[in-house]
Amino acid sequence: MSEGHSTYTPKTGIERWFDARMPLPRLIYDSFVAYPVPRNLNYMWTFGGILSIMLVSQILTGIVLAMHYTSDTNLAFDSVEKIMRDVNSGWLLRYLHSNGASFFFVAVYIHIFRGLFYGSYKAPRELLWILGCIIYLLMMATGFMGYVLPWGQMSFWGATVITGFFSAIPLVGNWIQQLLLGGFAVDDPTLNRFFALHYLLPFMIAGVVVLHIWALHVVGQSNPTGIEVKSKTDTVAFTPYATIKDAFGMIVFLFFFAYFVFYLPNYLGHPDNYTVANPLKTPAHIVPEWYFLPFYAILRAITFNIGPINSKLGGVLCMFGAIAMLFLVPWLDTSKVRSAVYRPWYKLFFWLFVADAVLLGWLGSQPAEGAYVFMAQMATLFYFAFFLVIMPVLGLIETPRRLPNSITEAVLEKNKGGSGHPAGATAAPETKG
Amino acid sequence: MKKILTSLALLGLVVAGTAAIAAEEEHNPAAPTHFPINEPKEMSWSFAGPFGTYDKAQLQRGLKVYKEVCSACHSMNLVAFRTLEGLGYSEAQIKTLAAGYTIHDGPNDAGDMFDRPGKPSDHFPAPFPNEQAAAAANGGAAPPDMSLLAKARGVERGFPRFIFDIFTQYAQGGPDYIHSLLTGYDQTPPAGMVIPEGTHYNPYFLSGVSLKMPKPLSDGQVTYDDGAPQTVDQYARDVAAFLMFAAEPHLEDRKKTGFRVMVFLLLFGALVYMTKRRVWADVAH
Repeated sequence: MSEGHSTYTPKTGIERWFDARMPLPRLIYDSFVAYPVPRNLNYMWTFGGILSIMLVSQILTGIVLAMHYTSDTNLAFDSVEKIMRDVNSGWLLRYLHSNGASFFFVAVYIHIFRGLFYGSYKAPRELLWILGCIIYLLMMATGFMGYVLPWGQMSFWGATVITGFFSAIPLVGNWIQQLLLGGFAVDDPTLNRFFALHYLLPFMIAGVVVLHIWALHVVGQSNPTGIEVKSKTDTVAFTPYATIKDAFGMIVFLFFFAYFVFYLPNYLGHPDNYTVANPLKTPAHIVPEWYFLPFYAILRAITFNIGPINSKLGGVLCMFGAIAMLFLVPWLDTSKVRSAVYRPWYKLFFWLFVADAVLLGWLGSQPAEGAYVFMAQMATLFYFAFFLVIMPVLGLIETPRRLPNSITEAVLEKNKGGSGHPAGATAAPETKG
Repeated sequence: MKKILTSLALLGLVVAGTAAIAAEEEHNPAAPTHFPINEPKEMSWSFAGPFGTYDKAQLQRGLKVYKEVCSACHSMNLVAFRTLEGLGYSEAQIKTLAAGYTIHDGPNDAGDMFDRPGKPSDHFPAPFPNEQAAAAANGGAAPPDMSLLAKARGVERGFPRFIFDIFTQYAQGGPDYIHSLLTGYDQTPPAGMVIPEGTHYNPYFLSGVSLKMPKPLSDGQVTYDDGAPQTVDQYARDVAAFLMFAAEPHLEDRKKTGFRVMVFLLLFGALVYMTKRRVWADVAH
């Protein structure tokens, strides 16, 4: 909520006292009570709230785990097992934390795909989108370092492989790799600095989340129609409308989260990580956590040299390039229409892109041999083509459907029976809730 | 939308088909390239599913197999005797059980190391003083520690089974693997297969055609006093169940807590949903 629109009136003496000195109650009221949100938001918009509780949950469980964890290569593995066996409810804390990381990524991927589908990154929300991308990068760094801490086989070998990427960078690569490792190989100094950074980065994430929410409250939420809020009838107050809907979304999400924590706590992990790290014994297949698999597939898809760039550097460039694409999306998409609801061709390619990302994820878990390599190369090609070709070209040649004049009109039309609204089947995600 | 989903499904099928073909090619039984050669057999375990609990009699039999057979070579460093209360033993029984072990302790006030009988807080003593000694005594490969074995072993399930596993709550890959491996000896390797010397053919072994461990169990080797069949198959089931307990002693607690959490979330979710309907009732959206 931008300055000057505050409708807060302090009622009690203590509220007036605060308001004159540090208007914190006013900030909270304006941000989480009176803040206007579009009336047509669907459940895809509850993932912001879901991500906030996941961040809080990860920090809380993480702090308690850190009280029992020892970041020494000789003790780390056993200290985690001590948590699992002897610390009161330690098994619960650790499973919440390890599965929490996975579900944090589940939520962030839905959140990002929602943004891509509804064009939430378009002006004036470019900065909001980029702050989100920075959070995603920080999450990846945090997730990777967290996976190293239990000091199992996958921890060690995953760390060896991923830090090895940096040595592909010309001139400064080896220096960067040694700086990350604190030596020439993954060892005690690596584990200690990863632990320190794993504790630090979530608070940096929290800081960028504050900026992300600040930027959001300046420009306001986008919505399924992609049409900006034009009048008061287009919006409802955050509380109670969005709060209660977010609460329901969170509970449903927590239900799935709890299902994994209590019934399949090791489903998303790798059995090898229950074997203590052994620098002399390489696992048959080194696989990163599932949420890195699409990027891992892209990295391994580059099996050929391109001029002076060898396949290793090429793979690393493509992998980082795949993430860099996200930062450029606001300028790659040339369409004047935000939402895919009114863009039939973009919608088709969006779902193909989702399928491509899932396919890359699966390929990342398979050995890089035979037909898998070719499939990964094709999937990588489509990944980049989606951003660099389809997004810019489609915006210029696609004829969008007729846009409603306002959010209110779209809502009323839909409730009337939906003449003029895009075909019934596609309206499904918008009608929910 | 329907069309998109159908085409997605088709794409998935094509991809899976290609992958299956890729996996099938060059299949020569004498020189397999993917391990294990045979997938583990899926057994029925008392601790499977949302209401699974350990069968205490089975765990006690499994402990007996571990003590009399496995523990000759395999350590179980992370498990304390007091943990065995989960097998239904009383405090007194655990004290007696622990006292049956000799623990190397010290130094005492005089600065000497000494041996003493075990206490419930002690962990199972290892059969070898260090990994090198264990490797030297076992043909160059140290027998793995058994504390986490049931969680540290698992054969990749592959597409689409890993999707079904979410709904069936399949989390018994470890015990299934251990049972299959222990009952997988005594098979004749395919003609032409080269078995390295000093190793034993086992088509269920995760990382090769054969392993250093010879067939550890034979019928009648361990005496059961509860009437359970004294067969390799039964020993293998019992010790696999016991190793699952050793790896995950709080499993029952976890599933019990989980049920309460799920019920709470369902009820709370229903209430919040009704409240949400009420709040939004007068707003078209």
